[in-house]
Amino acid sequence: MHHHLILRVVTKLLVGTIILYALYVQFHGDYSPGGGFQAGVIMAVAFILYGVVFSLASVQQVFPPWLVHKLVALGVLIYAGTGVVSLFLGYNYLDYGAFTPHHPEHGQHYGILVVELGVGVTVTGVMVAIYYAFAGRTPVISDEEW
Amino acid sequence: MASEVTHTAATFADHLPVLQILVPFIAAPLTVLIGSRALAWPIAFVSSAIAAVIAFALLMKTMGGEVISYHLGGWAPPLGIEYRVDAANAFVLLLVCAISTIVLPFARTSVAAEIPKRQHTLFYTAYLLCFAGLLGVAVTGDAFNVFVFLEISSLSTYVLIAQGSYRDKRALTAAFDYLMMGTIGATFFVIGIGLLYMATGTLNMADIADRIAEQGSNRTVRSAFAFIVVGIGLKVAIYPLHLWLPNSYTFAPSAVTAFLAATATKVAIYVLMRFVFSVFRPDFSFANNTLEFIIIPFAILAMFAASFIAIFQSDFKRMLAYSSIAQIGYILLGIGFLTQTGLTAGISHLFNHGITKAALFMGVGALVLRTGSSFYSRLEGAGRTMPWTSAAVVIGGLSLIGVPGTAGFISKWVLVQAALEKGWWPVALLIVASSLLAVIYVWRVIETLYLKPATGDAATATEAPASMLIPLWIMAAACIYFGFDTQITIGASQTAAQGLLAGAVGMAH
Amino acid sequence: MFEEFTWEFIVGHLNYWLFIVLMMTGLYIVVARSNLVKKLVGLNIFQVSVFMLYISMGKITGGTAPIFPTDMKVDPGVTYSNPLPHVLILTAIVVGIATTSLALALIVRIREEYNTIDEAGILEIESTICRAENQLHGEAMGGRA
Repeated sequence: MHHHLILRVVTKLLVGTIILYALYVQFHGDYSPGGGFQAGVIMAVAFILYGVVFSLASVQQVFPPWLVHKLVALGVLIYAGTGVVSLFLGYNYLDYGAFTPHHPEHGQHYGILVVELGVGVTVTGVMVAIYYAFAGRTPVISDEEW
Repeated sequence: MASEVTHTAATFADHLPVLQILVPFIAAPLTVLIGSRALAWPIAFVSSAIAAVIAFALLMKTMGGEVISYHLGGWAPPLGIEYRVDAANAFVLLLVCAISTIVLPFARTSVAAEIPKRQHTLFYTAYLLCFAGLLGVAVTGDAFNVFVFLEISSLSTYVLIAQGSYRDKRALTAAFDYLMMGTIGATFFVIGIGLLYMATGTLNMADIADRIAEQGSNRTVRSAFAFIVVGIGLKVAIYPLHLWLPNSYTFAPSAVTAFLAATATKVAIYVLMRFVFSVFRPDFSFANNTLEFIIIPFAILAMFAASFIAIFQSDFKRMLAYSSIAQIGYILLGIGFLTQTGLTAGISHLFNHGITKAALFMGVGALVLRTGSSFYSRLEGAGRTMPWTSAAVVIGGLSLIGVPGTAGFISKWVLVQAALEKGWWPVALLIVASSLLAVIYVWRVIETLYLKPATGDAATATEAPASMLIPLWIMAAACIYFGFDTQITIGASQTAAQGLLAGAVGMAH
Repeated sequence: MFEEFTWEFIVGHLNYWLFIVLMMTGLYIVVARSNLVKKLVGLNIFQVSVFMLYISMGKITGGTAPIFPTDMKVDPGVTYSNPLPHVLILTAIVVGIATTSLALALIVRIREEYNTIDEAGILEIESTICRAENQLHGEAMGGRA
């Protein structure tokens, strides 16, 4: 428990900052570089770093695999659902102008925020899921055999 | 443009092109989110059935030669992504949806037997993604969008094929091989689109066509053509690029093979046709030469070489896989003729071969369920213990040969007509000769099922369950029905061929 | 046609040369290496070459990052690079990640089933299975083994 002390302390400090930064990139993605893809990966990095330094079990306590899988699907549904809402408002699929018909530019602004949120959720989920899938497999060769 | 203040509310019918892919595409994450094994199959089936209804409505709308254009996000093409449906797409959409809807009830029993329970929910998710991807490829009018949907369907296809590893571990290497070749093919396709974008500055297929017509042929456009044909050729399994196909089809779960064999290569052929005829146009002499001097010889080679290999197989499923490569040869031959009749033959064979192969692979699936293997030696005498399944297999086999009265005959007949029309009577003879090879490999199946004494597993086998027999017989009946009623197949193929050959001049405006 | 090969031509098309070199390197690795992971690395290099092609395509001489100022008052004197190829390739990169992780997952499963990730070893195992099948069910031709 006492080895890698520096790593463990730094990780604890970093994880929160990384998540905060991910959220910054997420919500500034509409008018500046950034958005769901980048934010999702940064967010996932926070969890993966935690998992690498502490253990897979401890990160899975925070972020259980079943939740990860649901999030992957949820993000896609948020994205597709945004489009469906605009369909029901009588506009074309993903026409964000539907949300504020009097000022379509505002609607586009809101639309892209929601869609990017969906992308962010899915990318976070997918990245963490890939990490879980590979890290969670018991190796065929045990560590001693190397 | 999206910012137009005057907005007329669109009706439900206007949204059909996007709903076509949206229904399975939303159903896929929904199965994961709900996470219920019991609900996964019903969701898949209902969404597939809805998609089939939409596809039928689209075909009815476009049969008269009308073209439906849908602007995604309200952004007008060529800037925005456009979904564009004419008779050719609608026909392919209907094929994919119909096959999927009929295969799914079959899949329920087959998947339950071949894949462990814990994978079922995710299996149907992957299936729906593959289905949505294939529909997307067919519906979109944007060149880069084709790539995205192609990869959605391909990636889920690799997953589906790998599911066969619970029966035979070689499914894993088959999926890996397909992944390697499929990715190289898709990447070549992207390079081609990149070069087209360089030459024309647009990604809308109709717009690219207009720009190429304006500027004429140049080196960039020619290399783009080469990259696209080779890239899609890998997905189509044009003869020398077919190496991924036999193992993938043999080791994939039966339901997956039935679905893929009838749809995936067909959609790829549609993309090839769309690019050769609508984007590059037949009068683009480079395309013309490629078809005449490269595609046609390879198509004929496929008809013979693949049929010949099919004769010497000991595994029914693998035999059918090789026969698929041969049949793709017929379709490409029709396309290569570059005439109205040839293209009609190609498109109708695409449909007829789709239903024939779906029937045959479902038949194999039913045999595998009861005898545990698709090797001829294990199926001997199954005709007596499983009469209904075997009879349907025989009908499929006859349609594969092209016996009069079956769907396969109609399209081969039109193909021979097309060859004669061009004055290429040796090609017509070759078509007939290669059909004789089909007689041999289909006869081996009939001999195995009916004439050999029942031994081993086949002797104690019982008839397949109704959930398998009904889809199987719907397909077998379709093989016969479309052998007599050519109204839908030939009619739609003719409209589609006219639309494709007319090119896309001014379609963007 | 060879008089075109001037120094300007060669330097002016530097991005294409790099693209071709990377693409061929990648393809060569895919074909020549028998280790599945190395094959996958080759495939990745091959895909990255296409990313390079697209990204360099969007470059406009003197063009700056295509970000509008917050007040949306665009100075007509400023040239922006073409952002479209970059956006396209963002999609292609995501597809590439999906392909890579799926291929790695398949390799893990292959390793578990075959106990090797060397193509020669896998082929040997598969031809053994195939021979056994042929003995049992009659000779067959074609196919992998």
